[in-house]
Amino acid sequence: MAKILSYEEKDTWIHRLSGVTKLIFFLLWCLTSMLTYDTRILVTMVVLALIIFKISRTEWKQVGAVFKLVLVFLVFNVFAIYIFSPDQGTAVYGTRTVLFHIAGRYDVTKELLFYELNVVIKYFTVIPAVFMFLVTTNPSEFAASLNKIGVSYNIGYAISIALRYIPDVQGEFTKIKHAQEARGIEMSGKASLISRIKNTSTIIFPLIFSSMDRIDVVSNAMELRGYGKHKKRTWYMGKKLQRNDYLAIAFTVAFSVVALAITFADGSRFYNPFV
Amino acid sequence: MKLKFGIKEVVAIGVGTALFVALTEIQIPTGIPNTYLQPRMAVMAFLAAVFGPIVGAVVGFLGHALGDAMFYGSVWWSWVFPDGLVGLIIGLFAAKYAIKEGGFGKKAIILFNVAQIVANAIAWIALAPILDIVIYAEPTDKLLVQGAGAFLGNILIVGILGTLLCAGYSKIGAKSSSLSKED
Amino acid sequence: MEPMIEFKDFSFKYRAQKEPTLRDINLKIMPGEKVLIVGPSGSGKSTLAHCVNGLVPFSYSGDITGTLRIGGKNPADLGLFGLSKIVGTVLQDTDGQFIGLTVAEDIAFALENDNVPQEDMFVKVDEIAELVDVKKLLENAPRELSGGQKQRVSMAGVMVDDVDILLFDEPLANLDPATGKRAIDLIDQIQKKKKTTILIIEHRLEDALYRDVDRIIVVGEGRIVADTTPDQLLVTDVLKEQGIREPLYITAIKHAGCQIHAEDKPMHMETMKMDRYRDKVRDWFDRTEGKAARPEAPSALKVEDLYFSYVEGRPILQHIHFDIKKGEMVSIVGKNGAGKSTLSNLICGFYKPTRGTIFLNGKDVAPLSIKERGEKIGLVMQSPNQMISKPMIFDEVALGLTVRGVPEEEIKERVYRTLKICGLYPFRNWPVSALSFGQKKRVSIASILVMDPEVMILDEPTAGQDYRHYTEIMEFLKEINETLGITIIMITHDMHLMLEYTDRAIVIADGHLIADDTPAKVLTNETIADKAYLKKTSLYDLALGCGIDNPSEFAERFIAYEREKKKETALAEEKTDG
Repeated sequence: MAKILSYEEKDTWIHRLSGVTKLIFFLLWCLTSMLTYDTRILVTMVVLALIIFKISRTEWKQVGAVFKLVLVFLVFNVFAIYIFSPDQGTAVYGTRTVLFHIAGRYDVTKELLFYELNVVIKYFTVIPAVFMFLVTTNPSEFAASLNKIGVSYNIGYAISIALRYIPDVQGEFTKIKHAQEARGIEMSGKASLISRIKNTSTIIFPLIFSSMDRIDVVSNAMELRGYGKHKKRTWYMGKKLQRNDYLAIAFTVAFSVVALAITFADGSRFYNPFV
Repeated sequence: MKLKFGIKEVVAIGVGTALFVALTEIQIPTGIPNTYLQPRMAVMAFLAAVFGPIVGAVVGFLGHALGDAMFYGSVWWSWVFPDGLVGLIIGLFAAKYAIKEGGFGKKAIILFNVAQIVANAIAWIALAPILDIVIYAEPTDKLLVQGAGAFLGNILIVGILGTLLCAGYSKIGAKSSSLSKED
Repeated sequence: MEPMIEFKDFSFKYRAQKEPTLRDINLKIMPGEKVLIVGPSGSGKSTLAHCVNGLVPFSYSGDITGTLRIGGKNPADLGLFGLSKIVGTVLQDTDGQFIGLTVAEDIAFALENDNVPQEDMFVKVDEIAELVDVKKLLENAPRELSGGQKQRVSMAGVMVDDVDILLFDEPLANLDPATGKRAIDLIDQIQKKKKTTILIIEHRLEDALYRDVDRIIVVGEGRIVADTTPDQLLVTDVLKEQGIREPLYITAIKHAGCQIHAEDKPMHMETMKMDRYRDKVRDWFDRTEGKAARPEAPSALKVEDLYFSYVEGRPILQHIHFDIKKGEMVSIVGKNGAGKSTLSNLICGFYKPTRGTIFLNGKDVAPLSIKERGEKIGLVMQSPNQMISKPMIFDEVALGLTVRGVPEEEIKERVYRTLKICGLYPFRNWPVSALSFGQKKRVSIASILVMDPEVMILDEPTAGQDYRHYTEIMEFLKEINETLGITIIMITHDMHLMLEYTDRAIVIADGHLIADDTPAKVLTNETIADKAYLKKTSLYDLALGCGIDNPSEFAERFIAYEREKKKETALAEEKTDG
């Protein structure tokens, strides 16, 4: 099984924040990072994200494996943009300053490099935020808090169940895969596409059917213990928003508003150093 | 339309999302660089077809967001929303497929596949590139090629594996009174 | 006093079925009573339980005639939620019942649904956790718990509601014997402390009787066939007729030609009065022969100095070594999590050993791929649902050959031959879904057998099966073992299985091999049994109680005698059939 990101208990003020606060931060942060192409804002965000990452005392071994994977995607994406649209930088910034020529329509321009730099920075604003959110948010408390800010408790509980069963489903998947491999089904190799799909189906079928059984058992168990009896429910792990939560939310909102205001002040989301 | 939302649907979303996330790392290479078939899409389509549009949409949305975040440390929102949309559209006709009642025959198979092709077309050829342009301002050509790749990959995996799953599960619910032992 | 549960002329028919599952049930259970409900699979005992907790008719609909009162009230008026305040159900599947992300949350689940304020929940959860001894685990996730711990959490989860009735659905099915004993003891303590009415549904009668019960109700074909005290019941032949296994010491005393008397209190071996039986049992022991020794055969699977760990310094298996001979039937036993499954994963090549060698027919298997090993060492998983991936039986059994590119004609011939061996030939064109659980199990065995393996490893081959299905599966494996000469290794914690069907038991505890001996010797050795979370067999106590100083030989002879009898009945049945 691949290494996945998961919560680890530590005692920092970021860990103590409510899951909802961290979710609001995470969503607004993503939104801001998505909308802005203002290099100044993006750089500020990277610096802030790294500081938060540091404060949360997240260690490299918790996130290293996943980080390497993101880098692969990032590099691939940067090249894909260049292959498809070597003049994307010019399209965005309006000028064309050739640094050197490669072949055909492929020049390397200052504008392109600057555009790609922004793409890369955008990734780096989000990655620490995702890492921080996943490794510092207690899943139990998170589901509870969601309901507190008005999300239907059914959705909150569905998320809780998802987080509860991910390890179980992964374990079952590995078991089934082993058994099928011993029967001679190979997952990789040079088989045709159709036979690869067929081979995968020999694992997915048993997994789906046992999951359907699981859905029945779990919903019976929940019903027998009174789930859905009332319009509201309380939460053992629920946490009221504290002063720090309000401060963090206020900061996040203020930051996003200011960042977006600066970004769009000149009518374009791009910061253009070329004019 | 199946809009019932009870305990079973809550659990289906939970366990379905867990399945979707756990299957994130299963990618079947197609031979085209960086294009993979995603069995998790077939599983999501199956759940949508059994439990309806809400379960389909939430499993697609939540599963994709959580799966991306946990495995890749990043969330590509422009692909998260379309995934939810695919689940929603396929799930709209859940009552017509009648999978649990053993009714997933030729007609239902056609409907299921028409629904999934339309859903994937809207999601990956229209919605995802538009979101990508708005959000990430990436080159249109690249996004269209990516979108087309995702569209083809997804209709293929849902069309084959998704249909097989629905048909297989439907057979379990079917009456087997016509069977007799043979010597 | 008003009964806690009262069925009057009660019948129930599931909507999808033609025949009623329960017929003319008349049953009264008084407050504070502890009742054991036994019956073979399909007898209707689970349906009876579902009527009490309300899953029938609220989740599984159907037609009811007659009346049922729970706590004096009509379940129809209470609804499922109303019933959940009176009846707490502990399901067999402890993983399915564990809904919360942590122990504390799972215990609090019912309180949360009832809008209990958070501070009150903290107090209540602590109190109940103390009662079932999971206080230290409150912050743990389910995957960090053992089966027994999960079950205690399930108990806590229903007890927070202060229910009047606790219903246990096969509480012993997923536990090793020692943990099962502890569970029965805990149930007993709870009943004594809280005066709760207890209903236990179980077919492992001997284990369930580890602590006193007031009554046993035997269900057969939808009707109540016996409703009496354990002492009275053990005197009769009702259990045998219904296909439920009697406690072994009772069977042994009966074999010795004794008529058991209720006044000797046969419910527990330890306290049973033996005066009437001692001499006869001893006589029987003297005139019965043991098992003939097996001739020495060449090695089939040999493991030498095997070590394994995921993380350096935290070994899962250490210095494991054994040599299984061709044609042997061996059990690998030990408590849950002792490293048994890791061992089979190493043998099949899913993991690589940290140190040590595995030999198949004297050859090191290290260079072989998973697929290549799979041709010689077949692995059958615990649940057939974890293996079956084709809708049709023929295709499922053929799968292993198809992916190996065996020509179609040969596939057909080999699949048909295998299906005939497994008694599935008449069903060859059926969908798998039309089969019973036991038949599915055979399909999963057939799908391995078709590859002509030399060694077959089965993980808990009889888990969750009643006595009849257990016997069916085990006799079938015995037959394969004898006629085809396939070496069979079973990973199990079923003591009956190891005792009755295997020649040898390899015992693993905390990653170490602690015994490699005949099952009778292992199960009559207190130190080993304790370490491996097994239980001494009651035959041991019976032998000692009768003044026989070689209890393991007694167990040996008992098993040999049982086998002989089984063969005779099988022969007799064949004659009447033909």
